[in-house]
Amino acid sequence: MRFTLLFALLCSPAFGDEIWVTNEKDDTISVIDIETQTVTRTIETGQRPRGITFSKDFSVLYVCASDSDAVQVIDPNTGKILHDLPSGEDPEQFVLHPNNKHLYIANEDDAITTVVDTDTRRVIAQIDVGIEPEGMAVSPDGKIAITTSETTNMAHWIDTENQTIFANTLVDQRPRHAEFTKDGSELWVSAEIGGTISVFNTADQTEKAKINFEIQGVHRDRIQPVGFKLTDDGKYAFVALGPSNYVAVVDPNTYAVLDYILVGRRVWHMAFNADESLLFTTNGVSGDVSVIDVSELTAINTIKVGRFPWGAAYRPTK
Amino acid sequence: MKFLGMLLAISIAMLANFAFANDLRVSITYVMREQNHAPTLSNLDPIPTDLGVVGAKLGLVDNQTTGKFLGHDYALDIITLAPDQDISTLKDLIDFGETILVANAPTPDLIAISQMVVESAAILFNASAMDNALRNESCLANMFHTAPSHAMLTDALAQFAFAKKWQLWAMIVGPQSADQALATSFEKSINKFGIDLVGRKDWTFDTDMRRSASNEIPLFTQDFKDHQLLVVADETNDFARYVVYNTWLPRPVAGSVGLVTTGWARSVEQYGAVQLQNRFSDLANRDMRQTDYASWAAIRAIGEAVTRTNTNDLKTLKSYLLSDEFALAGFKGRKLSFRSWNGQMRQPIVLAHHDATVAMAPLAGFLHQYNELDTLGLDQPESNCTAFQED
Repeated sequence: MRFTLLFALLCSPAFGDEIWVTNEKDDTISVIDIETQTVTRTIETGQRPRGITFSKDFSVLYVCASDSDAVQVIDPNTGKILHDLPSGEDPEQFVLHPNNKHLYIANEDDAITTVVDTDTRRVIAQIDVGIEPEGMAVSPDGKIAITTSETTNMAHWIDTENQTIFANTLVDQRPRHAEFTKDGSELWVSAEIGGTISVFNTADQTEKAKINFEIQGVHRDRIQPVGFKLTDDGKYAFVALGPSNYVAVVDPNTYAVLDYILVGRRVWHMAFNADESLLFTTNGVSGDVSVIDVSELTAINTIKVGRFPWGAAYRPTK
Repeated sequence: MKFLGMLLAISIAMLANFAFANDLRVSITYVMREQNHAPTLSNLDPIPTDLGVVGAKLGLVDNQTTGKFLGHDYALDIITLAPDQDISTLKDLIDFGETILVANAPTPDLIAISQMVVESAAILFNASAMDNALRNESCLANMFHTAPSHAMLTDALAQFAFAKKWQLWAMIVGPQSADQALATSFEKSINKFGIDLVGRKDWTFDTDMRRSASNEIPLFTQDFKDHQLLVVADETNDFARYVVYNTWLPRPVAGSVGLVTTGWARSVEQYGAVQLQNRFSDLANRDMRQTDYASWAAIRAIGEAVTRTNTNDLKTLKSYLLSDEFALAGFKGRKLSFRSWNGQMRQPIVLAHHDATVAMAPLAGFLHQYNELDTLGLDQPESNCTAFQED
């Protein structure tokens, strides 16, 4: 069994691919080689790097350098900063529109979502949102962008045609992250202090379900859902539960919590490898990345990275 | 096309919603008593004249931003009372039946205001006074407390000392009545957490310590039995600063100086707190302090209650604030809520020195059958507050 797993791993197309992790308090990115599960490169960025995402063709990397007030565009091959994008102040998190052109950026200090055209490097819209915008998502068809605001406790639904808000939905305290399901029919929003994930019907923005978490021996106040990811096969959602040091495994069909996986301290964001057999979680306080085996639902390795790893993104090398 | 149709339907629904909700106006009055502060030996740390009020203004901005998406309109009136102004003049300035009051004023003012509104449904918030009695036998109906009590602060230090195994304390107490009250609270915490007080001395010096601290403090502390922590109760920060590094034995100092316990400190950075600190310092050009935080928290608590209940009815708001459903994200890592038995806001307490946060209480391992935050301050069984039960 172990052997087959290892064999499958070695033969998988993810061979040699990378996970890129922003280190918030080191102003660097750690590049993890998925095959050897070691850090192969450390790349310098602007100050306080957080949000990280690749262009759809993986030719460039975008990084929110929050304290430099810039989104930096980096050549992933050389690690060189190519240029900055005008991002508005204190960009924390962003999402790239399926058109591969428009970046929707949460400007945490300004209560604004900035839309930047990555080709012309121009700001094409700034949208007033709630206090401390952070979570960013875009629907698979590209028609809706979402900003969640931490202190206003809302998901703001943005029509990407005209860059205006068409709906606001309340969620529990301190929303942190948002994701659409693969078919776009649902929007999931985590609430760190509320301790829940709200699931909305995309069609009418009504709340469809609320997911709660409970871990034996951990006080409920310390169970704080932050980053999460849904698998493409619709089988699992993995939810980082912050200072509880656990990742919850949720069945996205029944919204039932299936399992809890112990990882590093203050687990925050995460990224899958190509075939989603492995999940890499950033653990802010312990300064490392946990590797979760998705089929076994266990943590199989820990990789030391920089101080306060925050965001994670997958990059194929072939 | 289908999508556009849907959008149109939604925007009509939203418009209808806004038209309805726009009627919701929430009036908040912030009452600030100017104070003639007692003179202190050092002039290093003046108390800002806008203490508290900037926190309230920031809370208003936060509420308004949320309110704009829901059609809720918040207004904040700020009333400043001169040091010698009769509190009863408030009656002419405020329509108590309509407004929510946040007070940054000493205990006698709070009691007077509470008596003025006994007949109405008014909600009051105490954002500054830390007296334990206000949460206990002298608690006031309709008064919530966003300022932590002395008991919460002294319990936090006792928890920390216990966790560090610094269970032998010596204590120096200042001459002011506030110093004595703080010392009494320390003694209660000492009993609660199994600390041994090896000695307590009253501060009697009336010389200027800037010149003679290095001579006087070693002698003053020489006859304390051996201890692990020296606690200083000096509410006005008059002499405490001269104790540190001048003690007979090399011992850490805590209480009013050294390791202080507080509702907020500039060094709180975790849990997204940097954003609150930045928003505050942009507005105030100074660091956020406990009374600023408590004022902000009061206004935000009101905003949160209005947001979730979609009403400005004071009775509904009050019962929501006291209910289990109420939760406020307060940048301290745990949700804030109100104790149903005395209106005190549950909140983590910061243990910090000047340059960094050392710990947040409750510390790991201090368990509670209901909420770990209730290991700090007056828990339900020990509270003699009855005003909230009659309601």
